[in-house]
Amino acid sequence: MNSSVITFPGSNCDRDMDVALKKFGFKNKMVWHDDNELPKSDLVVLPGGFSYGDYLRCGSMASKSKIMQSVINFAKGGGKVMGICNGFQILVESGLLPGVLLRNKYLEFICKNVHVKINNKKNFFFKDFNKDTLKFHIAHNEGSYFCSNEQLKEIRDNNQIALFYSDADGNIDEKNNPNGSVENIAGILNKEMNILGMMPHPERMIDPALSGEDGSIFFKNLINNLK
Amino acid sequence: MLQKSAQLKKENNMKVSVIITLKKDVLDPQGKVIHQTLNDMGFNDINEIRQGKYFVIDTKETDEKIAKEKVKDMCKKLLVNLVIEDFKIIGSQ
Repeated sequence: MNSSVITFPGSNCDRDMDVALKKFGFKNKMVWHDDNELPKSDLVVLPGGFSYGDYLRCGSMASKSKIMQSVINFAKGGGKVMGICNGFQILVESGLLPGVLLRNKYLEFICKNVHVKINNKKNFFFKDFNKDTLKFHIAHNEGSYFCSNEQLKEIRDNNQIALFYSDADGNIDEKNNPNGSVENIAGILNKEMNILGMMPHPERMIDPALSGEDGSIFFKNLINNLK
Repeated sequence: MLQKSAQLKKENNMKVSVIITLKKDVLDPQGKVIHQTLNDMGFNDINEIRQGKYFVIDTKETDEKIAKEKVKDMCKKLLVNLVIEDFKIIGSQ
């Protein structure tokens, strides 16, 4: 399975993602934002970080970079695309996913482990997942998911919510909402279910000695579903 | 000569200003904190504060109408996220 990780100026989780993808069997290539063409890929990943210093709005400049036109065409043709953290912000700014990510409700940069509950397993990212809640890491300043009421209705009706912030038992409530996201939304899919954006970092949970194993489960499942 | 080039420079410059504000229903935690701080400083007759953005775009375009149209296009394509923000082109000089 071939994957590509795009590096923007200011990306800082690109190498972690590279390590994670390779550990679970992907042949990964790093792609520079100023390139025009994507290499042959089964999966394209937009990594976390602070592309263009988060100037103007997080992800806004990166969404206009050269490679993004190829990523948009790839995604619109049904290619699998995943955006983590800043990658999620880039996906909403490029119009591939609905909504926007606002400044965290309590104006703090949040860096901690959280639990997320999988809401939709009818997509290749979470198909055959043997768990309902996952422990992932979040590290962001602008992660408060927001969309208009009409958009919210639409994403609910189409079952586009991928992940909710929850507790370890999967309870979704205000107490377990770290950043003020609408309805505890931590990750969403597009209508066609080939694009996933999420704030939590699965690539930071691939080593039990350092952090946890839930990222390992995620990547193993991902490559199995792609085969 | 110097006067002529200064005049030319003036002719080739137009500044278009645009104000970007958050839509009504969008949470503005920064505005809330600024409100709270002003309140603590004794400015206690404020109903609400909403923080926005202001851009001054210095352009080579000399036709005011075209310049404003171009700025509108810039707003829609990059400067503004229409999911959460509104914009108003407030003038040119």
